[in-house]
Amino acid sequence: MISVGHYLAVSAVLFTLGVLGIFINRKNIIVILMAIELILLAVNINLVAFSAALNDLVGQVFSMFVLTVAAGEAAIGLAILVIYFRGRGTIAVDDANRMKG
Amino acid sequence: MIQLIAFYLFATIVIASAAMVIFARNPVHSVMWLILAFFNAAGLMLLAGAEFIAMLLVIVYVGAVAVLFLFVVMMLNIDFAELRAGFVRYLPLGALVAIILAAELIFAVGAWNAGGVDLAVRAAPVVTDKSNIEQLGELLYTKYIFLFEAAGIVLLVAMIGAIVLTHRERGGVRVQNVSAQTRRRPGDATRLVDPGSGQGVEL
Repeated sequence: MISVGHYLAVSAVLFTLGVLGIFINRKNIIVILMAIELILLAVNINLVAFSAALNDLVGQVFSMFVLTVAAGEAAIGLAILVIYFRGRGTIAVDDANRMKG
Repeated sequence: MIQLIAFYLFATIVIASAAMVIFARNPVHSVMWLILAFFNAAGLMLLAGAEFIAMLLVIVYVGAVAVLFLFVVMMLNIDFAELRAGFVRYLPLGALVAIILAAELIFAVGAWNAGGVDLAVRAAPVVTDKSNIEQLGELLYTKYIFLFEAAGIVLLVAMIGAIVLTHRERGGVRVQNVSAQTRRRPGDATRLVDPGSGQGVEL
């Protein structure tokens, strides 16, 4: 039968893939944002799996808040991307040093 | 048995499509794989009994976030070949970090399976005679109402922030200014003159 361990394995793999995606697509901020979405998805799967395993609904409530933050983060991130592209004409972010302190 | 098959199907597809998201050459394809990953993650959550979260995932992620990504990818004229340049160079470091992270996660799951830590008291136990969405609603609108409102404020701030960031004032466009129109009073626009005979009126 499916145990919580199965879910944890899937979400661990998903989380690792997200982190790997951030590293290997260092220039392409769109894919970096998608990788962050994958990481948050892995966290959500974890929360839901534990919510089911422990018979406790709070995990699902918290998962909703994670979802909210993920949506807001994607909107803000893409807005920043759009204005960055307007100013520079490229989205290569590995040498993004416009905001020098 | 059918659950097991469904679980392995969803799990395999979600992991494969997540890999395709980060390895795809074209970001448009990445977004498509991301949508597939979200659908299958929704299936996984459905299997776990979290129907509402699964539907939320489909509506919010696939319906809003993925479409937002798609809009941005397709609207910006980006040279994607140039962006792939450092792919091989960063692969070893990324793989190293990923392996360390995976090892840590496996270790954490192993430690959890060993039962080292006593779990806290259940905050909101699941009752069986109500549907998932009904229970979630009861919890969300009573115990977590302030957190729920805070989440709403987060969304509001994100919305206003995105609009403020991307809004661009265009010059040379004549648009209706409603507030100027309603501010205008008869005294500003008209004047009463009493011209003498034979004299004109200065306009």
